[in-house]
Amino acid sequence: MKRNSRRGSLVIAAVLAASGIAANLAWAQVDAAKSSVTAVARQIGVPMEGKFKKFDAAVSFDPAKLATSSAKVEIDVSSFEIGDAETTKEVKGKDWFDAAKYPKAVFQSTSIKNGTPGKYDVAGKLTIKGKTVDVVVPATYRQEGAVQVFEGALPIKRTVFNIGDGEWKDTSVVADDVQIKFRIVLAKK
Amino acid sequence: MRSTANAPTGYGATAIALHWVIALAIFAAFGLGLYMTGIPGLTPTKLKLYSWHKWLGVTIFAVAVLRVLWRATHAAPPVAPGTPAWQARAAAGAHHLLYLLIVIVPISGYLYSSAAGVPVVYLGLWKMPALLEKNDELKEVLKFVHIWLNYLMAAVVVVHAAAAVKHQFVDRDGTLGRMLPFLR
Repeated sequence: MKRNSRRGSLVIAAVLAASGIAANLAWAQVDAAKSSVTAVARQIGVPMEGKFKKFDAAVSFDPAKLATSSAKVEIDVSSFEIGDAETTKEVKGKDWFDAAKYPKAVFQSTSIKNGTPGKYDVAGKLTIKGKTVDVVVPATYRQEGAVQVFEGALPIKRTVFNIGDGEWKDTSVVADDVQIKFRIVLAKK
Repeated sequence: MRSTANAPTGYGATAIALHWVIALAIFAAFGLGLYMTGIPGLTPTKLKLYSWHKWLGVTIFAVAVLRVLWRATHAAPPVAPGTPAWQARAAAGAHHLLYLLIVIVPISGYLYSSAAGVPVVYLGLWKMPALLEKNDELKEVLKFVHIWLNYLMAAVVVVHAAAAVKHQFVDRDGTLGRMLPFLR
């Protein structure tokens, strides 16, 4: 499924008009088939990887213009799938994502800076289950022809977002550390 | 108490220890399996019990392999004198079947877990190799196989134990004492 980055396109249109440079800042579309957002949690040492099947990203990125670059990723948490049907059902339920009440998880960048060589530190606000936390996401970027590829991993503590409430708060069963991994492929238009 | 490995009229201490360690571990794993699969939904307790069940299974497999190797290199004592030939054959058949089951029942469970896409992390520390790719159809087949191999093993164990009790209280021929030294 392809979705347009409406918001990003407005920003980009403005930048384009101002600068006249089209090189890296262009209306971009998420290539859903090549993009992925996954989360890995451990239960008693066993890695369990789940996948968000629906998300949207509005990214305008130019390595030469970090100050005006930005990224917003919206994840449809009800599209999460992990392990078997029973686990998936539990994880979308009240104690975990509570997808019925909080359908979206959102990352909105506030600044993008050069990080360790080859990486960018994307600072921003991550909102999951109605709780917003400041995070810095280390991401790599590469351009392959007309395609921009962003990859990275963000370690979070699930209990900060009340993900796994009630009896699941016991982090000896499901560990507090969760790794969110993403690969966002944008096709320029 | 006889403790030499090759005692012609009894089992050695190693064979006796292997027998009872595996018997107790299998009773525990079997009971745990029945209980944990009956817990509705998904709870932390259920996840814990599944892990324990798998760790027990891996342990049983390792000890069972040792036991089969031990048995292959150490003769079992002959049946009690006067035992009808069909009973001797039935006993030998049941023993062979049990030796087979204590090895393949854990394997079937391990493969079931692999097909379900859940690797076994022994004692929560050591990740063991997944022998199969995640595969929902295969998972259902292996679930069925694991369950029914267990029921088959339970049935053979019941016959095996009933025969031991019969030897002890009906035949009074000392057969049970070979595996339970305090009866001697």
